[in-house]
Amino acid sequence: MIDRRNLLGTGLLGAAATLFVPRIAFAAVPTDKRFVFIIQRGAADGLGIVVPVGDPAFAGQRGMLADVAEGGVQLDPLFTLHPALAQTGQLYGAGQALFAHAIASPYRERSHFDGQNVLESGGSGPYTVKDGWLNRMLSLLPPDDARAMAIAAAIPLALRGARDVASYAPSNLPQASDDLIERVSMLYQDDAQLHGLWDQALATRLLTGDLAADNGRNAAATGDLCARLMAPAEGARIAMIETGGWDTHAGQRQRLAGQLRGLDAMIGAIRTGLGAEWANTMVLVATEFGRTVAINGTGGTDHGTAASAMLLGGAVKGGRVIADWPGLAAGSLHDGRDLRPTTDLDSFIAGAIAGHFALDPAQTRRVLFPQAQEGPMVEGLV
Amino acid sequence: MQLPEIAVNRFGLGARPGEGLPGDPRAWLLGQFDRYDPRPPAIAEAPSQPEAAAALADYAAAAREGRMQRNATAAPSGAASMPADADPAMRDPAMQARRTERRNLRDLYAQSVAARGISALTTPTPFMDRLVHFWSNHFAISAEKPPVIAMAGSFEFDAIRPHVLGSFGDMLRAVERHPAMLTYLDQAQSVGPGSPAGQRAGANGRTRGLNENLAREILELHTLGVRGGYDQADIGEFARALTGWSVAGGARRPARRRAAAATPGGFAFVPAMHEPGTRTILGRTFDAGGEEQGQAVLDMLAAHAATAHHVATKLARHFVADTPPPALVSRLEQAFLQADGDLPTLYRALIDAPEAWSPTPAKFKTPWEWAVSALRATGAETFPTPNVLGFVTQLGQAVWRPGSPAGFDDVAASWAGPDAVMRRVEVAERLAARAQGMGDTSAVAAALFGGTLTAQTATAIARAESPTQGLALLLVSPDFMRR
Repeated sequence: MIDRRNLLGTGLLGAAATLFVPRIAFAAVPTDKRFVFIIQRGAADGLGIVVPVGDPAFAGQRGMLADVAEGGVQLDPLFTLHPALAQTGQLYGAGQALFAHAIASPYRERSHFDGQNVLESGGSGPYTVKDGWLNRMLSLLPPDDARAMAIAAAIPLALRGARDVASYAPSNLPQASDDLIERVSMLYQDDAQLHGLWDQALATRLLTGDLAADNGRNAAATGDLCARLMAPAEGARIAMIETGGWDTHAGQRQRLAGQLRGLDAMIGAIRTGLGAEWANTMVLVATEFGRTVAINGTGGTDHGTAASAMLLGGAVKGGRVIADWPGLAAGSLHDGRDLRPTTDLDSFIAGAIAGHFALDPAQTRRVLFPQAQEGPMVEGLV
Repeated sequence: MQLPEIAVNRFGLGARPGEGLPGDPRAWLLGQFDRYDPRPPAIAEAPSQPEAAAALADYAAAAREGRMQRNATAAPSGAASMPADADPAMRDPAMQARRTERRNLRDLYAQSVAARGISALTTPTPFMDRLVHFWSNHFAISAEKPPVIAMAGSFEFDAIRPHVLGSFGDMLRAVERHPAMLTYLDQAQSVGPGSPAGQRAGANGRTRGLNENLAREILELHTLGVRGGYDQADIGEFARALTGWSVAGGARRPARRRAAAATPGGFAFVPAMHEPGTRTILGRTFDAGGEEQGQAVLDMLAAHAATAHHVATKLARHFVADTPPPALVSRLEQAFLQADGDLPTLYRALIDAPEAWSPTPAKFKTPWEWAVSALRATGAETFPTPNVLGFVTQLGQAVWRPGSPAGFDDVAASWAGPDAVMRRVEVAERLAARAQGMGDTSAVAAALFGGTLTAQTATAIARAESPTQGLALLLVSPDFMRR
């Protein structure tokens, strides 16, 4: 099934949904909902992930990379999933994976670092908003649900802001002695910055127990770790995982396949690790921008504009690709080189989160993306 | 007021208890310009660029061998004909060779990290070593691909260290010509579409062409800075001007193999890859030519006002505050421009800036800075062996592996995480245990921080149950976490 414009904007489906789904500006009642944001740093090539093999211009534009989807799950007549995403493809078959294509944040230049700043801050331009949209999202949730954690040693921008956020990454270091820990607590008492950080660290230390012995160096272990931090009732409800290595300027065939195998293993481990809670979970996968439609001279692609995004989880109304497809013919391209953005990533994220946590979509977008223009919402994702 | 504690802990790499604080902080910093040794013994003994190139050639040969064997033995039914439980190395002896070669590359990398560490712990000119680390991160490479893993040390030792007291333009030239940079940002394989090599490839239906990665990052990260007044057309033109800047040998490309005569694995200009014609960048026209065309663009960028602003901002951010005072940035910028990018002039302007001597330490140390200063404080002269790499990586900052050409962030928000602080506490306890016999911790604290030690830290140390615990507390105290 192909969903094109019919799900964009407050069309019939969106209006009908509004009547039956209770929505409140601030979710007051605790829920079991969990949300994971996997950021793909480095501009992941949407055209190589959710591959538009059915576009007549695709093979010509992609040349030696035109066959990368062979062996992958056919999503619909237009799109085939990269074969390395085997478990993700199974989720699609089970109606638990949704892909959006030709999607982009408001950022229209091609700097990774500015692009990631826009993606994470939720501003309309780089460095125009100081904190991150995922942190601001916490203000919309009841206090019991607003427990967020970065699966990283330091907190990425999307999670930075007024609300306290924990961070955790696997460590092989022996744990410090309890006596030292206690004395450090006293030492940090009067230091505003270290005091806050230390309280977070202690809370996490209690939660993870023997996880410190775990080896999270590969993607599956990170996914497993994420699930173990989120599965318990008192665990984190919101998590963010950083992935890098998507900047495939050269040798994209092997590099992107390797990246996607890792992502697939991570997603599979999150699903398995969460067990029954997978039904209450939504995983968002997004990148700062896409890559050029044509391949470059070194078997790779350069910085582009529109990309693809994923929503996964038992709570997602999946099994479809949402794309107002602009086409890959030379005349259809953005700046003559990139996939033209036709879906607004900010509205997609706001729509997904509003649906997941039963929040008011317009209010959600105002808080998450305060500089966004009022425009059509993406609804009906959940 | 220019306090000696600030000179040592903020400009330097942290005090060493045995050395005592300098009497005249300003003279101590300026004197390092004369005493700096770009190749101290530890660095001179580190793996050289030719050694790295030879190891890489072995690695490439092992990989080629493996490919040939696989092709020769591949049965029509493919992998299904192999017993699924066989050890992969048994199935493929070449894989074992490749694994060994890969380990050799990692050994080179580990030896280089150790050399950097020894220099940082023992140098008589710690302000200079801090500047080396600063520039190395400004022109960041990331050791993930085999060639960059092997050459990361040489990049800092050969392209950064010799130029840290020279001009920005000279450092820029050395950095962009280093094989680690040319490989990391895909420049080595960039071919001008109108060049002989590009034309030949086109005629054979192969795709070899322009790669704009290095050109883009030079503009965005190394010189003008993002939003520095260039556009996509400038990037393309600059990329074309740089075509032909490549690495000698190592590849199966005939043109590059011929260029190997110069320095194997080193910089080579390959005329057959160079895009002919004049180029226009930032409104200026660059005459047609060869190697010098790209260099002429670099020279223009090195002297550009936007570059001065970008460099001044980063330097001020590193030494003064995450959001540096605009007045200071502007003074550094002027110093840079008036002295044609002479770096000692820039450093002097920094030393003369009252903002840099603010008594409140505003910079949260990065994991590397914290590790180096903690080891110096405990009198160590080498990083903990055998696992030098693991030590810093566990703290959250793998040396020469920022994961992006933007380098590691230089702001507290990126490093001051709960887990990061917990790890420092864990490491501090181990370092303190290793440093038995340092004596009275209160005396150590006084030697490091003089009169600037806060009352809270002094109290915590005084009440510690043992000198070891006191030392661990000193290493994670608010005084020690910042500089």
